[in-house]
Amino acid sequence: MSDGEEIILRDLNDADLVEQMKDDLYDGMAEEVHEGTQILLERGWDANDVLTEALVEGMRIVGIDFRDGILFVPEVLQCAGAMKAGMELVRPILTASDNKTSLGTYVIGTVKGDIHDIGKNLVGMMLEGAGFEVVDLGINNPVDNYLAAIDKHNPTILGMSALLTTTMPYMGVVIEELDKRGILKNLPVMVGGAPLNQEFADAINATSYGRDAAVSAELAKALVGKNR
Amino acid sequence: MSETAGRRSGGRQARLGRRARPQEAAAVAPENLVTTSANPDGPVLVLACGALANEIIALREQLGVTDDAMVLQCLPAELHNRPGQIAPRLDAYLSEHRHKYSRVLIGYGDCGTGGAIDKVLARHEAGRLPHAHCYEFFATTPRFNEISEAEIGSYFMTDFLVRHFDRIVWEGLGLDTRPEMLKTYFGNYRDLVYLAQTDSPELQAKAQEAAKRLDLRYVYHKVGYGDLTQAIKAAADV
Repeated sequence: MSDGEEIILRDLNDADLVEQMKDDLYDGMAEEVHEGTQILLERGWDANDVLTEALVEGMRIVGIDFRDGILFVPEVLQCAGAMKAGMELVRPILTASDNKTSLGTYVIGTVKGDIHDIGKNLVGMMLEGAGFEVVDLGINNPVDNYLAAIDKHNPTILGMSALLTTTMPYMGVVIEELDKRGILKNLPVMVGGAPLNQEFADAINATSYGRDAAVSAELAKALVGKNR
Repeated sequence: MSETAGRRSGGRQARLGRRARPQEAAAVAPENLVTTSANPDGPVLVLACGALANEIIALREQLGVTDDAMVLQCLPAELHNRPGQIAPRLDAYLSEHRHKYSRVLIGYGDCGTGGAIDKVLARHEAGRLPHAHCYEFFATTPRFNEISEAEIGSYFMTDFLVRHFDRIVWEGLGLDTRPEMLKTYFGNYRDLVYLAQTDSPELQAKAQEAAKRLDLRYVYHKVGYGDLTQAIKAAADV
């Protein structure tokens, strides 16, 4: 954290402002990231450039340090909150614009019987930063919720999350149902959550297992052929 | 706009300056590698989460087992919030010390490691506590399932977590500096369920206070040591 140093963001040139925004995002400073985003937009920056060069790049660094055990969940949540503060300004512009670079729709939800959503929310944030349009089904989702969302949003990928050993088998129930309906062959399914591992993901026939939020975003990009 | 305007001294560089990156040596060894050997004449080692230290010491005394016959070593309870570090730390400890002991009981459940602890067990010929986490082995599976099924939004606490609520939960989750994160962490929970090991009015009062701070309904179950007792008995071979 910056020990309360007061600086005037508007006094920074573009390059320094972008670097400062990445630092502020890393430090979870939501108001400052919001202000930095506003300034770049006022200076005529394209919303997509603000997203990729400042916000997504900042979150990418957070993802690396989360993966490497330098940042932990409480800190990453604060970073995600800061990114969200910038996204609030950028998203409406991108939605209204033709200059969207969406990687597709990603439907994500915590499975039935499970109310844990911190990891899922982090994944959602990382995916949004990576360029996916995220449809978040929230918590405690029975198979019907996933089916309805697939029907409505025609996603590129489906993601399921569980934190409990008692609820993670339900992911297998959903995948079986998708298979029965012939949906699975055209829809990659990603799974994640603390008690899961690759062996479990393989056993339930998931397409891939996301060990953490950063890895999940990278895997999702790879699934749509956009690993970079 | 001024080209000389300064920036804050925060961000990643400041963080890395304050804290070294984890060492490569902490990485877990290949799965099929048995890295250690046992000493058949050595004592039993219980290598446990610091959150179980009081309970294991109490059980060891109850069973009349000396601390020479059953050595207790603990990893910091703060790993509760950082489960990714548990298996590498266990692995590192056993790689160095396994040869001194006849048997090893790892005093963890799976604890959100996705099976990583079990891979360490296989390498060091060790066993671990049953179940996914301490809530289940303290409450035992039928009672834990009954409580969880009655209210899926149950946030569990033990004697240790109640005693160290401020350090492990409140500060551990950063709520001391970012109280606005409370709903992010606890918004989906409804009950704080205190699974008590001991019958302590002082801890019950603290647990009620914790429930209030987390804005959860308070539920109390005296469960004792549950399956931990049998696991320590079996490790001590008494």
